[in-house]
Amino acid sequence: MTATGAQPRPMAAGPPERRFGPYGGRYVPETLVPALDELEREWMAAREDPSFGLELSTLLRDYAGRPTPLYRARRLSEAAGRTVYLKREDLLHTGAHKLSNALGQTLLAHRMGKRRIIAETGAGQHGVATATACALLDLECVVYMGTEDMRRQRPNVERMRLLGAHVAPVDVGARTLKEAVSAAIRDWVAESDTTHYVIGSAVGPAPFPAIVRELVRVIGDEARPQALEAEGALPDRVIACVGGGSNAIGTFAAFLDDAEVELVGVEAGGEGVESGRHGAPLATGARGVLHGALSAVLQDADGQIVEAHSISAGLDYPGSGPQHAHLRDTGRVRYEAVTDADALAAFRRVSALEGIIPALEPAHALAWLMAHPGTGGGYDLLTLSGRGDKDLAEVLGVSDEHRHAG
Amino acid sequence: MSGPDGVTRIAAAFAGHGRRAALMPYLMGGFPDVETSRLAGEACADAGADLIELGIPFSDPLADGPAIHAAATRALAAGATVGEVLGVCRSLSERLPIVLFAYANLALSPAPEAFVERARDAGAAGLIVPDLPHEESEPLREACDAAGLALVALAAPNTPAERMAAIGASARGFVYTVSLAGTTGERGALPEDLAGTLARVRASTDLPVAVGFGISTARQAGEAADMADGVIVGSRVVRAAGEGGPDAVGALVADLAEALA
Repeated sequence: MTATGAQPRPMAAGPPERRFGPYGGRYVPETLVPALDELEREWMAAREDPSFGLELSTLLRDYAGRPTPLYRARRLSEAAGRTVYLKREDLLHTGAHKLSNALGQTLLAHRMGKRRIIAETGAGQHGVATATACALLDLECVVYMGTEDMRRQRPNVERMRLLGAHVAPVDVGARTLKEAVSAAIRDWVAESDTTHYVIGSAVGPAPFPAIVRELVRVIGDEARPQALEAEGALPDRVIACVGGGSNAIGTFAAFLDDAEVELVGVEAGGEGVESGRHGAPLATGARGVLHGALSAVLQDADGQIVEAHSISAGLDYPGSGPQHAHLRDTGRVRYEAVTDADALAAFRRVSALEGIIPALEPAHALAWLMAHPGTGGGYDLLTLSGRGDKDLAEVLGVSDEHRHAG
Repeated sequence: MSGPDGVTRIAAAFAGHGRRAALMPYLMGGFPDVETSRLAGEACADAGADLIELGIPFSDPLADGPAIHAAATRALAAGATVGEVLGVCRSLSERLPIVLFAYANLALSPAPEAFVERARDAGAAGLIVPDLPHEESEPLREACDAAGLALVALAAPNTPAERMAAIGASARGFVYTVSLAGTTGERGALPEDLAGTLARVRASTDLPVAVGFGISTARQAGEAADMADGVIVGSRVVRAAGEGGPDAVGALVADLAEALA
C-alpha cells in the first residue's frame, strides 16, 4: 500500500482508561479477562508502532476519504436562525463515521494474528464498516444483528453479504442492538483465542470504550482546526447524537478542554421520555451494568434491563458509553432527548433544505438544534454522523402508517 | 439470624456428603413458574443433592448458553421477580444450603449491601456472580463477608497463574471452576485439559474446588468427581425442569448422585 505523505495520527500516551469516574470497568465472565488484558497490551504496542499509525492514517485518507469536510449549511443556518456547520461523516466511505473505528480495530486484530472478526450491528452501519474492513484485510467476518433490525435495515444486510460477511440473525428479546451485542460477547467468550470482537461503539468492558474513542476522535481532531480556520473562533455549541455514543465522544474529545464550548449529546426520545418508551439512559437512567461496563442503563427496580424504543436502529439501545455517563455527572456535557416524530420531521426538513439526506440518528441532533436556536453571535458545529439512504424504506413506511392512521 | 452462617453451611455440605464429590444441581428460579421451581428444588433435596445453585433470571445473561438463557427469558415473561425467587430460596434453604447465581446488575442494584441483605434474609448461603471478575468483586465481597455469605469466586482454564493465586486467596465457600472457554450448555465430553485446570485451581486455594459448565451426563459427573470436590450440573437439570417438571429433575439428580457414590 502506498503512503504518499500521510502522517501517522497522534495517539494518546499511557494505558487506556479502565474507569471514567465510577463508570466503566470490566463486568465480564472470567474467561474474557485474559482476552481484554491481551487487547490492552496489543493496543498500547500498536500505538507506539509508527508503521501501525502510518498504515491506519493512509487507509483513512486514501481508502475511507478522510478528512471529511466541515460544511457551512447555508439554508439550514437561515432556518435555524444561526450559523451551523456540519461535520460531514456521511461522506465517509460506507456512509457513516463507523469506518474509522472498524479500520483501526481490524488492523489491530490483523496485527494480533486473529483471522476471525465478529461484530454487532444495529442500524447496520457498523456491520457494513466492519465487513468492508474485513474484505480489505482478507479476514473472516461474522456480524450479529437482531432480526427486527434486519427487517428495518434490509439494504445494509444485503451490503454486508455482498462484502463477504456472514450476517448471524439474533432472534431473542427485542431482536435489536442489545441482543446483538450479547450474542457477540457470547461468541467471544468461546472463541477469543482466534477471534477479535470489533465492538461498534464506545461501550463494553475496558479497554473498549477508550480504544473506540481514540479511533473515532479523528472526527473532533479534524473538526476543531477546520472550525477555527472557517470562523476564526471556536463554536458556541458542539452537538452530536448519542446511542452508545461513539460519534459523540469522537467529536467531543477534541473540545473537552475548551470550557467555553457547550457540548450537547442528543439521545433517542422515542415516543417521549415520559412514555417510558425511549432510548435515553443518559437523560433519564440509573447507574447499572450492561455489556461489561458500569454506566447509565435503562432498568427496572429489580435491575432487569428495559428494552429501548427508537425509530432509529442506531440509537435503539438501553445503555451508553461509560465516559458519557461520567461527562454527564461532571456537567461537562448536557444530554437531551428528541422524539421519533421530531427526528422524522428534521430528516425531511434537512433533506429538502440542504440536499443532504441525514441518517435518522443525526436527525435527532438536527431536530434538537433547530428547536434550540441558542443565543449569542457565535455558531454551532453538528456531527452529521451518517447518511440516510439506509432509512428511506423505514421513513416512508412510517409516513404511510401515519397517513393511513390520520 | 439464628443458626450457622452461610459460609459454615457450605463448608459442612462439602465436608459431609459421604460421596466422591458434592452434588450441586442448578435450577432457574421461576422456571417454568415460581412454584414449580420450588418443587424442583425439593426434588433435588429428596434425590440427594448437597447444595443447590439457584439462578435468578436476568434479561441479559452473558455467561449462559441457549438452554439457561431461554429458561430465564421464559421465567421473566411469566412475571418472575427477584423477590419471588428469593422466596423460593427461603423455602429451600430449610433443606440444604442455597447458593444464588445472580448477574452483576442484579447483585449490585441498587447497591451491593442492599442485595446481600435481601439474600441473607432469604437464607442464602452464598452468591455466584458470573460477570463479576476478581478486580470488580471487592465491594460485593465486603458486603457478603459482613453478612456471613460466601461470595464464590470463579476461575477459568485460561486464567493466568498470578491471577489464579489472587482469585484463590479471595475466594469464599468454594472456587467455581469454569471447565471450558464458553457459555453454559450440554457438551459431548469433558474438556481434555480439565484435570490440569483443576490442579491449578486447587494449588491456589485451601477451599473446596467445584466444577461446572458442560457437565450433563451421569458419566461426565462421575469423571468430574474424580478430579473435583463438587460437581455442578446446570443446563441438563434446567432442561429436565422444562420437559418433565419436578419428577424429571428428581430422577435426573438421583442418577447423578449415584454416579458420584
